[in-house]
Amino acid sequence: MDTLINDLRERLGARIINDKLETGQVTIEVNAADLTEVCLILRDDEALAFNQLTDLCGVDYLSYGKADWETQDTTRTGFSRGVSQGVYIDTQDIENRFAVVYHLLSLQHNRRLRVRSFISGQPAKIASVTPIWAGANWFEREAFDLFGILFEEHPDLRRILTDYGFRGHPFRKDFPLEGNVEVRYDPEQGRVVYQPVTIKNRVLVPKTIRHDNRYAKPGQNHGG
Amino acid sequence: MPEIHNMTMNFGPQHPAAHGVLRLVLEMDGEVIERADPHIGLLHRGTEKLAESKPYNQSIGYMDRLDYVSMMCNEHAYVLAIEKLLGVTPPIRARYIRVMFDEITRVLNHLMWLGAHGLDIGAMSMFLYCFREREDLMDVYEAVSGTRMHATYYRPGGVYRDLPAEMPAYQVTANRSKAEVKKINSNRRGSLLDFIADFTDRFPDRIDEYETLLTDNRIWKQRTVGIGVVSPERAIELGFTGPMLRGSGVEWDLRRKQPYEVYDQLDFAIPVGVNGDCYDRYLVRVEEMRQSNAIIRQCVDWLRNNPGPVIVDDHKLVPPRRETMKDDMESLIHHFKLFTEGYCVPPGEVYACVEHPKGEFGIYLVSDGANKPYRLKVRAPGFVHLSSLNEMVQGHMLADVVAVLGTQDIVFGEVDR
Repeated sequence: MDTLINDLRERLGARIINDKLETGQVTIEVNAADLTEVCLILRDDEALAFNQLTDLCGVDYLSYGKADWETQDTTRTGFSRGVSQGVYIDTQDIENRFAVVYHLLSLQHNRRLRVRSFISGQPAKIASVTPIWAGANWFEREAFDLFGILFEEHPDLRRILTDYGFRGHPFRKDFPLEGNVEVRYDPEQGRVVYQPVTIKNRVLVPKTIRHDNRYAKPGQNHGG
Repeated sequence: MPEIHNMTMNFGPQHPAAHGVLRLVLEMDGEVIERADPHIGLLHRGTEKLAESKPYNQSIGYMDRLDYVSMMCNEHAYVLAIEKLLGVTPPIRARYIRVMFDEITRVLNHLMWLGAHGLDIGAMSMFLYCFREREDLMDVYEAVSGTRMHATYYRPGGVYRDLPAEMPAYQVTANRSKAEVKKINSNRRGSLLDFIADFTDRFPDRIDEYETLLTDNRIWKQRTVGIGVVSPERAIELGFTGPMLRGSGVEWDLRRKQPYEVYDQLDFAIPVGVNGDCYDRYLVRVEEMRQSNAIIRQCVDWLRNNPGPVIVDDHKLVPPRRETMKDDMESLIHHFKLFTEGYCVPPGEVYACVEHPKGEFGIYLVSDGANKPYRLKVRAPGFVHLSSLNEMVQGHMLADVVAVLGTQDIVFGEVDR
């Protein structure tokens, strides 16, 4: 795996902003502006030859590292009584909120690579890799549908998993888990209608982050 | 002469050959497909988003419901991802049990595929034959986990419990006489492993039966030979994995190339196709069943001779035994903490994949150090395969769409997630 990092450094040079080796997997981070160029090198260079795109997905880093429930001072103060929302609503456009993560596989060299590219700006926009790996087509449609990331020069950027006429991007961290609308059959109109959602999300198990180093291992830092 | 227009046809979502809920919008020139536009998402349940709001172990059950004909393989990828982040290695016996159940699952999946694919393109009786053997394997699932399908059997650190020493047997009922029960219980007198061993003895003959019905069958060949041809280069570009890739002649199997668990200690072969058509993919899958059968047998022999723990002995991750909770405060606390808050996973990200019956099934997990995943992405092989449907059916007849859908082994639980 060290040879892979060296190969990458040699060929991509300064275009790698950050690289790391974690649980035996190499991750590199590149600028969104360099993406097409980097991907072409990754695919076409003989020593790299990442000829298959295994996976492509969006990640929303809006609430990364934020816990529902502070547990650091509990012995002194006790727990707070409950958790109202479960999600940190912070619709401020934070820098580098979205990232697109590409998982590449080289069948020739039998190695894998993870490429991450943070996107700044509103709306989030990044170059499509469908011309480079044909298999990216639906993955990009999915990331657009679920996160609202736009892929420039994608041949057919439509919603894929959500309903026809759906509003919003459900996998964003500020999209409520229970959704905004629900459907029911209306006997008077004789058809299925939409209405605002009537259920309320209950957080049964709060998200907690503990810094007691129970599982911490050297050389691990966060991904975002 | 009347002017002839192209026709747009709607296929599904409620169509028996759509393998669930697929809506296809087909642009036809007469009976020839010009363009196929699959509309998916009718079974989208937001599994990945739901997992973000639950402690890690509570999402294992969701994994069964992704590809609901190969349940334990889905769980496997998920627990592997967690184990990689935690840095936990399960005991050797647990790894053999997992491999055995992965292969049982592969046989289950391929039987379902063979039956449904046969039914789709006119081989009615295949479905009945395949379900006969599936029944035995479902009983194995039930014996080990309590449920026939959604097992939730794998855990980070091992498996939920050891294999039962007794195979559950049929009881005498109002419509099942004593003599009949005695007959159907003949291979259920020993342990679960005895029952599985008996199955592996019987199964190769059963595969011969299927092959007698199909392999040289003229109608079967007319429906599958030369249909949905994909070249090896194109298969790689499109992201094909598993039997879809091997059917095109690319020898790529994660069990061999990037071995996980104990696959490097087992003896099995990787079948590949030549022409990359539906018929070759059929041959590949049938041969895979034979190879899986051989792997199951090797695991049974190993498991018979090597008792031991099946899950790690770390109560920060695995609940303590129930008996110890009665008089041990520490155990009670561990139990309470695990079933309320769960365990925290160190910050980081990991991609873990297994050779799923349908291809490469991967889990990409991002953790920010909490007791819940920050982001979970399921890399479903069926999603990638279905995305190439348009390319595979172009220029074929309408009836061939069904053959191509069948050969892709589509299950909507994993495509829509």
